[in-house]
Amino acid sequence: MIVYVLAILLFLIGLYGIVVKRNLIKIVISLMIMEYAINLFFALIGYREGGAAPIHTEELGDNMVLFVDPLPQALVLTAIVIGLGTTALLVSFAVRIYEKYDTFDVRKIRKLRG
Amino acid sequence: MNVLPLFVAIPLGAAFLTPILSKAGNRISAVLGLCANGFIMGLSIWIIQYSKDTIVYFAGGWQPIAGIPIGIAMVMDGLTVVMLLIINVVGFFAMLYSLNYMTRYTETGKYYTLFLLMMGGLNGVVLSGDLFNLFVFLEITAIASYSLVAFGVEAEELEASFKYQVLGGTASAMILLGIAVFYQLTGTLNLADASRVIEGIGLNPAVIFVGILFLVGFSLKAALMPFHAWLPDAHPSAPAPISAMLSGVVIKVLGVYTLIRMFFNIFGIGRMSFVLIVFLILGTLSMVAGAFLALSQKDFKRLLAYSSISQIGYVIFAFGLGTPLGFLGGLFHLINHASFKSLLFLNSGAVVYRTDNRDMEKMGGFSQRMPVTGTTSLMGSLSIGGIPPLGGFWSKLVIVIAAVESHHFILAGIAVLTSIITLAYYLKVQKMTFFGKLSDLYKGVKEVPVLMCVSMVTLAILSLGLGVLLLPQLRNIILDPAVNVIAGGLDYAKMVLGG
Repeated sequence: MIVYVLAILLFLIGLYGIVVKRNLIKIVISLMIMEYAINLFFALIGYREGGAAPIHTEELGDNMVLFVDPLPQALVLTAIVIGLGTTALLVSFAVRIYEKYDTFDVRKIRKLRG
Repeated sequence: MNVLPLFVAIPLGAAFLTPILSKAGNRISAVLGLCANGFIMGLSIWIIQYSKDTIVYFAGGWQPIAGIPIGIAMVMDGLTVVMLLIINVVGFFAMLYSLNYMTRYTETGKYYTLFLLMMGGLNGVVLSGDLFNLFVFLEITAIASYSLVAFGVEAEELEASFKYQVLGGTASAMILLGIAVFYQLTGTLNLADASRVIEGIGLNPAVIFVGILFLVGFSLKAALMPFHAWLPDAHPSAPAPISAMLSGVVIKVLGVYTLIRMFFNIFGIGRMSFVLIVFLILGTLSMVAGAFLALSQKDFKRLLAYSSISQIGYVIFAFGLGTPLGFLGGLFHLINHASFKSLLFLNSGAVVYRTDNRDMEKMGGFSQRMPVTGTTSLMGSLSIGGIPPLGGFWSKLVIVIAAVESHHFILAGIAVLTSIITLAYYLKVQKMTFFGKLSDLYKGVKEVPVLMCVSMVTLAILSLGLGVLLLPQLRNIILDPAVNVIAGGLDYAKMVLGG
C-alpha cells in the first residue's frame, strides 16, 4: 500500500512544481516527474508478490494467479515513448524561447496579453 | 472489407510519405496530403449510410472470447459518424486552403506531415473502442497540434505553444492516471467491457475518483472556463488553417466527444448525475465569460478564440441538460460551430494573408477589395450570431427550448442573452474589418487566391444551410442515430459486444 501512496506523492510533487516553479526547465522537469510517477503507479498495478515473469508460462501450468500482469508493462512502455516525445518537444521549445527572450523566467516571457 | 482502419491508416501512411516526397518538392507533399484528406472525406460521407448500425473491427482478427474482448477494437456508431464527418470535411477544406496560404511559410513539407498526423490522431480518437488507444491517439493529435501552433517560430508563437504544452501535458497526465486507476478497478481497457464491469461494481469512491480525473483532464482539453487559459493564446498563434482545425475540430474531439463518451456511455450518467450539474455550471460559465471576454478584444483571431470558448460552453451546457432534446441541440450546435468557426478563422487568415495584420482597429473597408472574404465572413458572423434562418439560429433555438423544457428558465435566459452578446461582437468584427472606410495603407489589397476562396465559399454555404439537418429525412440518418447513442447510455456495451 505504501508504494502506491509514494507514487501518488511523487505525482503531487510534479503537480506542485508545475504550479509554483518559474523556470521553464524546472516546469519541464516537474512535468516529467508527474509522468514518471504515473508510469511507476501503472507498473505497480500489474505487480504480483512473488509472481513469475509472463514469458515463462509452461512451468506454471494453469496457475494464472502467479503471473505478473504484462498489460500494464506494455502500456507503460508506450507511455514512456509518448513522454519522450513530449519532453523532447518541450525542451526544444524552451531552448528556442531562450533564444528569443534571453531568459527562462516565465514572468519575463509575456508578449501575449489579454 | 471493413473500412474503419483506413480512417487512421491513410493519414498516418501519408504523413510517413510526405517527408520523403518533400525532398522532390513541397508541392508534391501538399498534393499527396490533399489526396489523402480528400479520400477519407469521401469515405466519411460514404459511411453515413451505416450510421444506424454499430460496426466493430477487431485489429488482427482477435475476436472476443465468450463476450470478453481480447484484442484492440475500433467502434463506429452514430456519434462516431457525426464526428468523422466534422473532422474530415473541415480537415479537407483547411488542407485545400493551406495550399495557397502556407506559401507565407518555409518548410511547408513538414507542415503537411504534422497536419496529416493530426488528422490520423483525430480519426483514431473517435474510432477507438479502447481506452488506452484513445489516449495514444489523443497524444498524437496533441503533439502534432503543439508543433503546428508554433509553426511560425516567432516569440509569441513559441510562448503560446509552451503554455499549451504544459497545460495539455498536465491534462494528459491526469487522463493517464485516470486510466491506470480505471484498469486497476476493472481489469480491462475495452470501453464496452469496462462499462459492464463498472455496472457490476456500482458507485464506489474509486469510480468517482476516476470520473473526476477524466472530468478535469478532458475539460482542460476542451478549454472549459476555469481551464481555458491556453486557448486564447494557442489558437490565434497557429497558421489560419490550423486555427480553424483547432477551434473547429480538435477541442470538440479531444474534449467534448471524450467527455460525452466516457460519462454517458461508459460510466452511465444515471449513476454519476453530479456530472450533469458540473456540465451545466462549466457550460454556463464558459458561455457567459467567453462572450464577455470576446467583446473587448481588438485582435481578430483572439476574438474568435474567446468566441470558441463561449460556443463550446453552449455545447456542454446542452449536454448537461440531460434530455434527448438537449443532446440533439448540443450535437447540432457542435456541427454548426465546426462549420462557421472554421470559416471565420479562414476569413481572418485571408485578411492576414493580404495585410499581415490582426489588429482590427487598423482595418476597415476590406469588403470593397475582398468581396468573397467579406461576404463569407458576413454569412459566418450572422450564422454564429443566431440570425434566422441560418444554421446557428436553429441549434441555439433547440438548446433554449431544451433548457425551458427541463425547467432551467434562468439558464435559458442566460443562453438567449449570450446569443445577443455574440451577435454584438460579430457585428463589431464586421464593422471594424469589412465595412467602413478603407485606409490608404490598404488601397492595394486584392482578393485572396482561388483555392482559398473555394474553401471559404464551401464552408459559408455549409454554415448557411446546415439548418436542413433538422428536416426529418436528414435528421433520421445523421443526428438521430448519434442522439440515440448518447441517450441510450449504457446500451453502448450491448451494441458493441452483442448479447
